[in-house]
Amino acid sequence: MKAAALLFAAYGACLQAGDIPLAERRSGYEFMGRETRAMQDDDATNPALFALMDGEALWNRKEGERSCASCHGDAAQTMKGVAARYPALAGGKPINLEQRINACRTEHQRAPAFAYESKELLALTAYVGRQSRGMPIAIEANTATRAHIEAGRALYERREGQLNLSCSQCHDDNWGRLLAGSPIPQGHATGYPIYRLEWQGMGSLERRLRNCMIGVRAEPYAYGSPEMVELELYLMWRARGMKLETPAVRP
Amino acid sequence: MARVAVTVPASAKRGEIIEIKTLAQHEMETGFRHTQTGELIPRDIITEFVCRYNGVEVFRAELRQAVAANPLIAFTTVATESGTLEFTWTGDNGYLANQKAEIKVV
Repeated sequence: MKAAALLFAAYGACLQAGDIPLAERRSGYEFMGRETRAMQDDDATNPALFALMDGEALWNRKEGERSCASCHGDAAQTMKGVAARYPALAGGKPINLEQRINACRTEHQRAPAFAYESKELLALTAYVGRQSRGMPIAIEANTATRAHIEAGRALYERREGQLNLSCSQCHDDNWGRLLAGSPIPQGHATGYPIYRLEWQGMGSLERRLRNCMIGVRAEPYAYGSPEMVELELYLMWRARGMKLETPAVRP
Repeated sequence: MARVAVTVPASAKRGEIIEIKTLAQHEMETGFRHTQTGELIPRDIITEFVCRYNGVEVFRAELRQAVAANPLIAFTTVATESGTLEFTWTGDNGYLANQKAEIKVV
């Protein structure tokens, strides 16, 4: 009887390994090779450097009626910690940093929004994100955000696509093992936008999520869709307290 | 605009081996890819990188299509005398980038 109970408990554990304990969370950085880590660690060899330079130029350039700097001044001070709090609620729904930047452009600068994954949007997002590097991710589950975080979690745990896999099955249950020769990381969104060597360029968290969705043969959500942003919000909450690495390098 | 970045130690002992790291912003378009409508995307790469130390060439690299975007080139040389290290990248479509760095040898 005792053995049966143990067996049942073990079976239950296999079915739902559940969340990774907070203390056992590891950034994707720790799963990378020595050379790739070295590339990220040194500002002069991190190829995202050029995106940061472009982002700084965009920050100070007048677009529409004014530049970012006209209102926000020195990004090193005013943007410090901002990226660690995104996605954040605006008008009751979560928006990510890219959407915040574009909202600022259309509402305050009176300039056209940048396209998702455009060089400009990635550069500006990386530049804003850079100001929070090393700071702990500060997403709180409170009465306003909890429903959205839970919606994101539901997406994260839901099986989808022809391969019928959920995010959780790889990134909670099988992290550290190999998928096609590459280590499966825990899936913490600590360094976006990233410079991904496979892309040979910068990309956002949404681009990365779409990669995974296509990988399991699911139809990816559109850029900026509510589902995408709720998933981002859940991932950032899941990585709460971990240090922001923006702009990170990933293989 | 051709952005480049170089890392050279500000000072070194005479005879010391120093590491130099360079990074150049470039798409490194291979010339093998096609657009969605089937047209070939023409090759656009950096073809050559040269480092001169007080006018003397100390390092040269030929780059081909297999080199990734934003090539990172790291190499070593011997610190012989104080002076200037000059870096030149040249490539397709008249691409040319220059950078200089000073080194003090004691």
